This record gives sequence, C-alpha cells and structure tokens, in this order.
Amino acid sequence: MTEATLRAPWARLNTIHPRYLIVSLITLILVVGEWRYAILGGYDRLAAALAACVVTEAMCSRVVRGRFVNLASAYVSGISLSLLLKPQAGLLWPFALGGVLAISSKYVLVYRDRHLFNPSNFAISALLLLAPGTVAILSHQWGNDLATNAVIWAVGLLVVWRARMLHVTLTYVVSFLLLAAVRTALVGGPLLAEIAPITGPMYQLFIFFMVTDPRTTVRTRRGRVLVASLVAVVEALIRIAGDYQVGLLRPLYPAPPILALFLVGPVAMWVDLWRGGRSRNLGTASTPR
Amino acid sequence: MHYRSAGRFVVAVVFAGTLAAVPLLGRRAESTLRAGLEVAGFRLRSVAPELGIAFTHRAPALDPRLDNIAPHIAALGASVSVTDVNDDGWSDLYFTSSRFGHDNALYVNRGDGTFHDVAPAAGVADLNREGEGVSMGAVWGDYDNDGLEDLLVYKYGYLQLLRNKGELSFEDVTEAAGLRRWMNANGAVWFDYDRDGLLDLYVAGYFRADIDLWHLRTTRIMQNSFEFAGNGGANVLFRNLGDGRFADVTDSLGVGSTRWTMAVAAADFNDDGWPDLYLANDYGPEELYENQEGRRFTLSFAGLDTDSKSGMSVSLGDVLNRGRHDVFVTNISERGYLFQGNNLRLNYLEETRRFREVARGVVADAGWAWGAQFGDLNNDGWMDLYVANGFISADPDRDYWYGMSKVAGATGAVFEDAATWPPIGTASLSGYERSRVLLNREGQLTDVADVVGVTDRYDGRAVAFADLFNRGVLDVVVANQSAPALVYRNTVAPGNHWIALQLVGSRSNRSAIGAEVVVAFGGRRQRRVVAGGMGFASQNDRRLHFGLGTHTLVEEVEIRWPSGEVQRLEGPQVDRLHVVTEPVRPLP
Repeated sequence: MTEATLRAPWARLNTIHPRYLIVSLITLILVVGEWRYAILGGYDRLAAALAACVVTEAMCSRVVRGRFVNLASAYVSGISLSLLLKPQAGLLWPFALGGVLAISSKYVLVYRDRHLFNPSNFAISALLLLAPGTVAILSHQWGNDLATNAVIWAVGLLVVWRARMLHVTLTYVVSFLLLAAVRTALVGGPLLAEIAPITGPMYQLFIFFMVTDPRTTVRTRRGRVLVASLVAVVEALIRIAGDYQVGLLRPLYPAPPILALFLVGPVAMWVDLWRGGRSRNLGTASTPR
Repeated sequence: MHYRSAGRFVVAVVFAGTLAAVPLLGRRAESTLRAGLEVAGFRLRSVAPELGIAFTHRAPALDPRLDNIAPHIAALGASVSVTDVNDDGWSDLYFTSSRFGHDNALYVNRGDGTFHDVAPAAGVADLNREGEGVSMGAVWGDYDNDGLEDLLVYKYGYLQLLRNKGELSFEDVTEAAGLRRWMNANGAVWFDYDRDGLLDLYVAGYFRADIDLWHLRTTRIMQNSFEFAGNGGANVLFRNLGDGRFADVTDSLGVGSTRWTMAVAAADFNDDGWPDLYLANDYGPEELYENQEGRRFTLSFAGLDTDSKSGMSVSLGDVLNRGRHDVFVTNISERGYLFQGNNLRLNYLEETRRFREVARGVVADAGWAWGAQFGDLNNDGWMDLYVANGFISADPDRDYWYGMSKVAGATGAVFEDAATWPPIGTASLSGYERSRVLLNREGQLTDVADVVGVTDRYDGRAVAFADLFNRGVLDVVVANQSAPALVYRNTVAPGNHWIALQLVGSRSNRSAIGAEVVVAFGGRRQRRVVAGGMGFASQNDRRLHFGLGTHTLVEEVEIRWPSGEVQRLEGPQVDRLHVVTEPVRPLP
C-alpha cells in the first residue's frame, strides 16, 4: 500500500465542500440520537422546524436576492432547532417561529450584506429570552452517555478541521477549561462540576455548529481566536453571576454559551465588517478569509 | 433595485411580526384556563388542627459526605396512607417521618370529626432508629386475611411488617415473615399477582440496596444518567406463602427493574384478568410489566420505553369514563430550564397495544410535581385530579437550578458521584410551588386550586383521598416534606349524587385489593380499582367512591374480584355506601 493510497480517503474528504460535511454530521447526530434516545420528542417538531427554515429561506432569497439559494444552511438550522429547543408539551409554534426567525434574521440583521447572527443561535436566544415560561433548551439528553458523546466529538472535530475552523473549537474548549478553573477558585465547589457542562450535548451542538459557523465568524484567524475566547469569557461571567445568584441575569443561566455567543458574535461581526470596509475605503489590503 | 428593497422590507416586517408573536404566544401558553367556584362545585378548607391532627414531617440527616446535596437526597419521606385500622367504618390516617428519633403517627378517626394519635401505644410510632433506617412510606393490607389491616413500612433501611393484632396493637413480624431486608425504597404496593387469595408485596428500590446513607463507603451513589439510568435499587417481589412468610420471587417473575422507581401502581391494565404493574421511574422511562397469568411478568413496549423523564408518582383514573385505567405520572417543569411535563396517558392497549400521551398546558406543566390522585371531588361523575408540587423550599432568593444544570448535561460518570455536585447550600430548588386541583369538565382538565381554597406553598409529597367524615364526599390529605400535614375538608355543592363501595374479599384477599369495579350510570362507565398503594408514597381510602352527577340511577355495578369472580349489582341505591362481600362459590 503506497502513501498515495493511504492518503486517498483524506484527499477525497478534502474535495467535499465543508457545508455538506456539516449537513452529514448533523444528520448523523439526528438519526443516531433519535434511534437510541428518541431525542426529538416527536417528528412533528422536526417537520415544523425544517419546513419553516426551508420555506423561509426559499422565500427570502427569492424576494431579497432574486434567486433561490442553496438550502443546506436552512436544513442545518432546522435540525439544530429541533434538537436544541425543548418547549412545553404539545407546542409546535416555537419550532415554526424559531425557523422563521432563524432564517429571516439572515436577511434582516445584516451589515454590509453580511448577516451578523448565527441563525440558530439568534432564534434560540430570542425564544429563550422572550418566552422563558414556555421554551427551554436542551439541558440533558442523549443518555448522558460517554460513548455517544465521544463519537460525536470525534466526527465533529474532523468536520471542523475540514472546515478550517478547528482553531476556533480548540480555542473555545481551552478557554472554557481555563475559565472553569478560575470559576472554581472564585465560587468554590468541585472543579469537575465546572467542567461538566462541556461534556454535554448542548455544547456539542454549540461547538460544532454555532461558534464555528463560517458565515458568522470574523475574517482573520487571529480575530476568530479572539472572538472564541471572548465568548468563553462572557459565558464565564454569566456563570459566575449564576453562582452569585444575580437575579437580573437569571434568564441567561439556562444556556450560558448560547447567550454568550448571542451577545458577542454580532458585535464582533459588526466590528470586523466595519474595519474591513474602512480598510477598503483607505485602500489598504485586508486579510483574505 | 426597488424590487429588492421592497423585498427586504417585506422580510423585515415578517421578521418583526414573528419576533413580536413569540412573547404573545408564550404568555398564552403559560396562562391557564380558570373556572369559578360555582363551576368547580366544591370547596376545600384546611382543617387539620381542628381535627386534632398536628403532624410535621422531619427529613433525615444523612452521612456528612453528602452535605453538599443533603437537601436534595433527604427530600423524600413524607407519606400518608389511609386505612380503617380498627374496622369501625371510619377512615384513619398513618403519616411517616424520616429522622431518627422522630415518630410516625397513626391518627384514629373518632367518628365525631376529631382524630387522636395512637401510634406510640400501638407500636407503630418509633420506627425511625439508627441502624434500622427511616420511613419513606407505608401501605396497608390484610396479608393474613384475619380481617385486620396490617402495615408495611418501607424505608431507607430495613423493611418493617407490623401485624395488626386488634385493639390498636401491632407486633413486628418482619423477621418471621422473611422480610428483614435493607432496601432504599420509595414505594411499595400490596397486590395478589397470582390470585391465590393472599396479598403479595412489591417494593420499589430507589438507591441501591448496598448503600447505607448514614455510613457511606463511596459517594458514587447517584444515577448514572438523567434519562436512562439503570443503576438504581432493584425492585423486589415478595410472594405471600400463606403461613406468615414471604419468599423473594423477583427473578423468576422477571420484575427486578433496577431503574430508580419512585412509585408503583397495580391494576389490570390490559383486561386479561391479571394485575399488572406500572412503574414511575426517576431518571428513566416508565415501565409496564404485564402479568402472564401469575407465572411471569413481561416488560411491555406500550409507547413508554423511549419517553424518558423523571417519574415521581403513578395515579390511575378513568379520565374519560371509558371503563379503562388511564395513567397520570408526575414529572418536572421549571421555567426556562426544563419542560418534561407530566404524562396523562390514555389507555389504548386494547386497540393499539399502546398508551396515548395527551397532557398539555396546566396538566403537563404544574411544577416539580409529586403525589397526585384522581377522584371525583365535586361528585359530577368525572374524575378530578389533585397534584402536589414543590421540591425544596429554602432560601427563596437562592436557586439551585443553575447549579444543578452544570452537572445535569454532563456524562453520567460525572454526576454519579455525589461529591462532584455543586453545593446546594441554602438554595431552593423549585420551592414554594402551589398545588394544582384540576377539575375534569367532561374530559377537559382546568386548574381551580386557588378558587376552591388550595393555596398552600409547602413541598407536597403524598396525596391521599378519603371520605373522612362519611358524608359521601372525598376529602384530601397531603403529607408535606419537612412541614405540617394538611387535611382539606371538602364541601360539595348540593345536587350531585354518589355511590360508594366497600369490598370484602372471601376467596380473594380479604382487603379486596385488586378488585376492579365499573359503575354504569347515565350512559357512562367509570372504572376504579381497589389499590394497595397508589400515587407517591400514599394509599387512598379503599372504599371506592363514584360521583354520579345529577343521575339518581346506577344501571349496574360490575365487580371483578381478584379471584376471577364477577359480581353484578343491578340498580343499587345511590347516595350511600354499599358493603359488598365476595360471594362464596358453592363447592363443586
């Protein structure tokens, strides 16, 4: 067996657009999770989220851009919403409205023709903050099973590597771990309790599908590392506030990483786009993505 | 360009409209349908002190290695079970406490509207002792068929069987009965699984049986999953041998679930004439064990296996008057964090071999729900539902939900160790929640708790229904964790009728536990079972109470005795209690 043949699968992997690797990964999570743990809580939820995302994407792209865009992104958003949203029994509107909000935010909350929020992140954050009495986020699921988590981590790391976003994932994870130690020093309690959240399913979806979203990350590698660190810092601040029982911030406590990205991500995008525009206006070269 | 601008405007309008709709729909979903007092048709008044009932539950103090989450682990043990201990026709109440040195109480009903505690003299008070464990609940059943109700106390510790000798005196027969076994149990039921006329006993393990919560060898005692944990204490089925002894037949019968069982109910769910077992499991899916003619139980896939929540209580009721046992299992809901939702499962086993989950709105999301019971509180012919809520009411300004959420999403290996849980300190966890009283209006359940007078904020655990004053109405008794027990005296608006049945077995067990009764009136068929424990850590009055609405005629009462005997009463008189003794079939 030659080195060339050994490299062949990796070479083939390199020819697949990262978008489709992400689609494959989230589909894998959906199928395996539903098969083993019935994670959806009803296929009507999946149908509502997917339909809302796909239809909204098709309509918005046609109306705003005059053409239909690739629906892979809408598909990923739809699956993400159906996996992450856990509302009251029998409610479908959070999935439908979440889908509309996620996709339409890409066409409304824009700056210099770029959307500022990760679509799923925006929708979930909006639902959690505006309807906390009826909508919750995935808190524990997938059986708290180490083996399942390990498989998702392995495949997820492969995908973000291929999408050239591995540095974002690693930056966030390392920052989280370091800040977990800081939090323990500040608030007491076992270190393992502070590290524990990152082993859960909400974080897997966050790390592999939200914080690394190529469309809502800044242009430079250094910038992305900075933003991932900032998200972890804001998340740590939310968590510390949670430990100190700051009542005003209670709506943020159920989903600290999601809401940290909701706060940091669009600001970072706006600053990045503003600086990029200013650089172009000044005739200086900007670093390519 | 204009086209695109217009398009962008349209999308922006849709976006803004959708965003505005979220809080509106959220508030609408949160709001509960309310009904006025005149619609409810009954009022509940808290009267325990007037009755002479002054019982306060005490929680256990456990191994100091559990101090970081002691309030969580010690949050159970308040129970109430109803019996007629002296066979005088008046319902008596037994409450458990859960701290060493604190007594359980047996309140005997004097029949004049007052009760008095006879537990110390009767020998059923001082059961919470070091080395023996503390009480988690109790169930009454006449295991020796002598006409006197005996008492099984299940504990975090050794089981205890107390034989009723009569004249309000008990003897501890645990050792002789072969029941001296250490179990960390939260539930038990008497039932006659093999229909031999002797009451058998099913005890639900919660923590593993090798764990002594006062002398831990390890802190790895917690669940290994919040959803599919299988490392709880094994449940045990004890067969009554008829000579005062019991034998462990768990393995041969196939009912040794190691899920974290909180509550059990026994009834004939599939209408095959044999009592099945329905388990509410914490950190796992509910389980239905179908009885294969007393020879074995098989775990049924009735749509329960993948729907994993935090089952706390099993209550059976015929919600739609179809002549079926529907099932209500309580779970957890907390604003922003978790909407597991209670389950109201309609029984469609005959048609589809499955239950259909229909809980929505206030039925699903009541809070951190514990004990619940079905019963016709206004005698309108439809079974209402009482749900007790609230887990840990401590410092109202500190909340442990965020702390618990840190470990709840982690891999099981992390939170299986109690030492890794964040310290709870003085925080509350779903504390100060109010109970729900769900009025059944022809199948639609509406919360009427505040209008009928249920406004307490104690951490409710066990709920039991009983006609305490023999008036033809169901009163409500609630055992609260680390708080006073409540008795709600029910006053029903005039106009509705009722019928009640007290069954006495002859070939069947004398307590008639397992007898299935269907009352036909006004074109409806309502079914109830005589239960040897139901709800969470509770047992109702075994006299079966049926509201009839304005109907003055009961077409038929069908009694299916555990022995298999079917007895029919044609046109029994309404507004009275009927004492029915099982016919003794003539010898062949």
